[in-house]
Amino acid sequence: MTEPAIRVVGLGKSYATAAGDFPALKGVDLAIAAGEFVAIMGPSGSGKSTFMNLLGCLDTASCGDYFLTGRNVARLTGDELAAVRNQTIGFVFQGFNLLPRMSLEDNVALPLVYAGAERAARRAAARQQLARVGLADYAASLPSRISGGQQQRVAIARALVNSPRLLLADEPTGNLDSHTSEEIMRIFCDLNREGITVVLVTHENDIAAFAQRQVRFRDGLIVSDAPTPRTADAAC
Amino acid sequence: MLSAMLGEAWHAMGANRMRTALTMLGMVIGVGSVVLMMAIGQGAQYAVAQTISTMGSNLYIVISGSTSTGGVRSGGGGGPTLTVADAEAIATLDGVLNVAPVHQGTQQIVHGPNNWSSTVVGTTPPYLEARAWTITDGYPFGESDVRSATRVALIGQTAATNLFGAEDPLGQTIRIRQSPFLVIGVLGKKGQNLDGRDQDDTVIIPLTTAQRKVFGNPFPGAVRLIMVQANSPESMPAVETSVTALLRQRHRLRDGQDNDFFLRNLAAAADSAAETTRVMSVLLGAIASVSLLVGGIGIMNIMLVSVTERTREIGIRLAIGARRKDILSQFLLEALMISVAGCLIGLVLGLGGALLVNSLTNMAIVVSGAAVLVAFGVAAGIGIFFGYYPAHRAAALDPIEALRHQ
Ligand SMILES: Nc1ncnc2c1ncn2[C@@H]1O[C@H](COP(=O)(O)OP(=O)(O)OP(=O)(O)O)[C@@H](O)[C@H]1O
Ligand SMILES: [Mg+2]
Repeated sequence: MTEPAIRVVGLGKSYATAAGDFPALKGVDLAIAAGEFVAIMGPSGSGKSTFMNLLGCLDTASCGDYFLTGRNVARLTGDELAAVRNQTIGFVFQGFNLLPRMSLEDNVALPLVYAGAERAARRAAARQQLARVGLADYAASLPSRISGGQQQRVAIARALVNSPRLLLADEPTGNLDSHTSEEIMRIFCDLNREGITVVLVTHENDIAAFAQRQVRFRDGLIVSDAPTPRTADAAC
Repeated sequence: MLSAMLGEAWHAMGANRMRTALTMLGMVIGVGSVVLMMAIGQGAQYAVAQTISTMGSNLYIVISGSTSTGGVRSGGGGGPTLTVADAEAIATLDGVLNVAPVHQGTQQIVHGPNNWSSTVVGTTPPYLEARAWTITDGYPFGESDVRSATRVALIGQTAATNLFGAEDPLGQTIRIRQSPFLVIGVLGKKGQNLDGRDQDDTVIIPLTTAQRKVFGNPFPGAVRLIMVQANSPESMPAVETSVTALLRQRHRLRDGQDNDFFLRNLAAAADSAAETTRVMSVLLGAIASVSLLVGGIGIMNIMLVSVTERTREIGIRLAIGARRKDILSQFLLEALMISVAGCLIGLVLGLGGALLVNSLTNMAIVVSGAAVLVAFGVAAGIGIFFGYYPAHRAAALDPIEALRHQ
């Protein structure tokens, strides 16, 4: 069997709080194969974001191991982690997280700056990604000039600009209405069809229905892990 | 990469123009004042050096005091104690290059309808050599003029201008105390002396003529001062000792009796004047540097504010793959751009200020390339030094903590 895109073993995370260490993630085992589309679900406070931040190499685990395409993330240096965030993973946030003073094109091109790409290459790639999410005409606009759904599409374009193999999204539709949410989900579906592994957190069943597999968290543990029942016609 | 970062730093500076401008103002004032103060300080040093070079080198003046014994003044009303014979005796000492007895005073000088008050110096030919004073027009008087007390005069530039205007003074007659003097030479320009007196407002005549026709010396053969030039800076201490010994012997002063003359080392006076201006120049620079320091602290302050304000931005950048050194160089570059831009503006304003001071006050101004380079280097150093701590704080942020900010 080939090495899964993501494999976590006994992954745990505790936060230091005033009342002592709070275990937000209590030892999670999970493997996600390359090309899968997984929805992470569960009640508020169950540790979904904590888990995603660990997957995205934005935070470090308190215990357990995380293998990203076979590499133990805990062994990576700061610069190697930066390279992983830059090249291997695309991360989409609930709050879009675009840089407000930069044009959409510059926002999308920013990961390429850290990848060391030339200006012309950055421009071309950013424009291509913007076109892919249907925003080619807005390249020079500022984020504040466009709608939330459009901003999320720009954020996806930015996540994709370095052609990552893995796309992580923490409630990407949490701030959007249902129609816009569906547009965003269509993009994720398309990307997944192109072979990108997609892991996204959501509270909503009809969003989760787009995924092939649904993993449920409760109190820092995985309580269920099952394929999406093939009934809804909303699925990809 | 660098061009992208420069562009971003430029953007960040432009995002808060007022704040950037005010931060820069600190550097502008700092660099501007350093450049201005150094220009003024070095100008003063230059002016003093110029003055010293006109004075003549390795000079002593021996000034006559009054004879006194145990605090009681003796000798008819305290006449001059030095004589022309003393001067002649000093001239025979080792290490002595030139000796000139001098009798000088201020006199009203008349030419036709014009009259002008100048310093009249009665002396002997070695005076001009000792003072390294050139004759631009005509010729100097000689020993024979001194011997026969001829009525000839060398005229300084200021006196000449005031008495003759555009006329050529050479061959003309001037009157000092009713006596007519033939102008045989025009003295080269010297400018001010260390005391600020105009050295060109001078008329030089033979000593004997001065004593007989102008000052009416009641003590024949006596002079108020003698100028002594040593042949090198090294021989000055020896000359000082031997002149003192000679004069004490000639004046029959017993051991324990005070000198009846003063020996003044003009080189030492020049050195102390040079030292004074040097200290002043350093002091001005130091005071100005404090404002540069304050400017640097201003940069640090604003960069810290900026890092705090942009914590979320830093989190986003880290999340999409910025390395710590990318964040560090981003903020360092911003600090550097502010300080270097402030430095450039400060340089221009400082130089402008120096020119303005020069044109308004006639004060000498010297702007050396070294001073400009130093100001520039210091500004860049300040940008890096005071920018490093905030930049380091930015680079040390934890991605997820930074993203959670606000
Ligand atoms: N930085 C932190 N410090 C302390 N406790 C934290 C921190 N971040 C999260 N927690 C706690 O850890 C638990 C899990 O949080 P997490 O954000 O992972 O939940 P979640 O499943 O994403 O919830 P939601 O659906 O509301 O986003 C919560 O009880 C939360 O209060
Ligand atoms: Mg969450």
